[in-house]
Amino acid sequence: MSETNPLKATEFLRFFWRRLTSMRTAIILLIILAIASIPGSIFPQRTQSPLKVDQFFARHKTWAKFLDAIGFFNVFSSPWFSAIYILLFISLIGCVFPRTLLHLKKIAKLSFKEGIRESGNLLFHISLILILVGVAIGSLFGMKGQAIISVGDRFVNSASSYDSLGFGKFSSEKSLAPFSITVTNFQAKYDVKTGAPEDYRLDADIAYPIESKPVHKVIKVNDPATYGSTKIYLQANGYSPMVVIKDGKGKTTFEGAVPFLPQDGNLTSTGAIKLPDMNPQIGIVATFTPTYSMSGKRGAFSSYPEVLDPRLVFSIWQGNLGLDTGIPQSVYRVDTSKMTRIGLKSLKVGESYNFNSGSITFAGWKPWVNIEVGRDPGKDFALIGAILAILGLLISLSLKERDLYNSEINESN
Amino acid sequence: MNPTNLAYLSNYSIYSAMVLFTIAFFAHALEVSFSLKNEEEKTKFEFARTDKSGRIGSAMVILGFIFLFAGVIFRGWSAHRVPWGNMYEFSITGALAFTGAYLYALKKYKLRWLGLPVSIAVLLTLGTAITLLYRPSAPLVPALKSTWLAIHVSAAIISGGVFLLANCIAATYLLLDNYERKGGRPKWANRLPSLESLDQLSYRLVALVFPLWTFAIIAGAIWAESAWGRYWGWDPKETWAFITWVAYASYLHARVTVGWKGRKAAWLCLFAGSTFLFNYVYVNVWGTGRHTYSGL
Repeated sequence: MSETNPLKATEFLRFFWRRLTSMRTAIILLIILAIASIPGSIFPQRTQSPLKVDQFFARHKTWAKFLDAIGFFNVFSSPWFSAIYILLFISLIGCVFPRTLLHLKKIAKLSFKEGIRESGNLLFHISLILILVGVAIGSLFGMKGQAIISVGDRFVNSASSYDSLGFGKFSSEKSLAPFSITVTNFQAKYDVKTGAPEDYRLDADIAYPIESKPVHKVIKVNDPATYGSTKIYLQANGYSPMVVIKDGKGKTTFEGAVPFLPQDGNLTSTGAIKLPDMNPQIGIVATFTPTYSMSGKRGAFSSYPEVLDPRLVFSIWQGNLGLDTGIPQSVYRVDTSKMTRIGLKSLKVGESYNFNSGSITFAGWKPWVNIEVGRDPGKDFALIGAILAILGLLISLSLKERDLYNSEINESN
Repeated sequence: MNPTNLAYLSNYSIYSAMVLFTIAFFAHALEVSFSLKNEEEKTKFEFARTDKSGRIGSAMVILGFIFLFAGVIFRGWSAHRVPWGNMYEFSITGALAFTGAYLYALKKYKLRWLGLPVSIAVLLTLGTAITLLYRPSAPLVPALKSTWLAIHVSAAIISGGVFLLANCIAATYLLLDNYERKGGRPKWANRLPSLESLDQLSYRLVALVFPLWTFAIIAGAIWAESAWGRYWGWDPKETWAFITWVAYASYLHARVTVGWKGRKAAWLCLFAGSTFLFNYVYVNVWGTGRHTYSGL
């Protein structure tokens, strides 16, 4: 007994390996991968739209908890999705390499047509492996981050400059490319009739490496700036109203541009200004409209995305901002649960409003841009794999068998 | 000519194409009914009459194709860009690609018997496009301003047209196969090709266009890399393009290496085609993600 057991184990392993590396298993794993991706297209994904995941949680509490537990909001980074991916990878390698070796040995004996067909076939499958390798390298060694920069501001590529930043498993802050960006101008062109965007153009002075003399670059939506394997993309844009806030004694407690988040195509933007150092604390919940309009239903809103009639519409709240509770707060929202409203006002540029413990001045506005910085060292593998895959497909699928349909039609005529 | 006139010209061309496809529909319907009548009366097969209405049908489809082509061109011209900026434009171009695939197969494989379902499908697509999906001609949003739009979308639309034609043939296969199992084809189907050759034809079409579909996905990935900062992000449209790809890859595998034929293969072909349609309808109309260019 004790002698046969290890033999059985290796036999089992061998059986398992043969099964795993058969062509049929590879295609079944590919089908399973496709089926596994379906929930990712139906349920909102954290990586794509975290806000929608929160909304889903708010609407269906227990259902959402269950879905979350089985990874349906993170399908493409869930353990089960990775497991299928890795099995497919191993299966393909185990299937394709022995076949390639065999093919190379036998190729002299095959007919020309057979030889070419199998070569194309193998080329296709080898390139699939190459694509999988490229994707894996990208997710393990890559990085991606977003940051909002107001026009005139400088962004230095370090972890603390980002609003959100993610690294692959084997990548870290040390791998960030050494550059700085100064946004010198941003221009958006809109269709005068519909307000639909026609063109975005970001002008920036980029220093790479940081100590070098900055070079002027234009970044557009389909035209990122490239530094090695790092690319800088223009992702979104919006407005930052500029405000000056003074306390009761006339001393300036806040002065600057505050990025607001666009809510619709005409860039009605909402945001918050928090003043924890004033006593009692002040929070301002505000809407910035580049072209002011008013309706009974919606209140103040923007009717055109360009700045034609800018207004800052806001309510002022006094009390406890709740910043010391330890729960991270959004910078775009004020928790008004422990505050009372002490004022409501709409200002044009240059106007001021006095409230019981100070004043606020709407000084102007600046555009901001949201840039995305991404590094994907695996994408060249994926691209080469993709090109070879098409080549392999064309070779193996273009060799025809007998044309049954046409010969039948010709016979019947 | 100014853009508004060109846009009107495009609309008139599309309306004219719809009229022509309607005539084609009736001509093909007559063709079928003539051949039926001939067989019922057991007279000598009146080939001339049947053939004539069939020929008229084909001529109308060709004319319809020309008008549809003009409609698509004028639409693009009116906005100074390729005509693929919203779902109305995808639909009229899709109908054009589908008709083109049919005409190609008509010439190469003498597929005139498919004229009836093809003219119905084109009429339905154009009807939906012009009533529900219509949007005035306008410039492209910045994200679509790229040469890749022409490359990626044309490859995807042509693949779609051929996939759907293969679906029509697979559906015909299943229908006829059902009849033959129950004891024989009905009279109207006597002149249709044998099951075996239908089976081979749908496979042939899929094998022909599968590399193009692969290319459409890859071209999309290259474009996404420069527009969105990643070449693959499991966006709903990407996910379903992948699912369609896997479905057709399984179909080809099942045929070539496992030896599937006939019913099973036809069902798989229909399933794969429906994942393509699902992607077009669901993701464009109700879906989320970054491929939200339907303009709805």
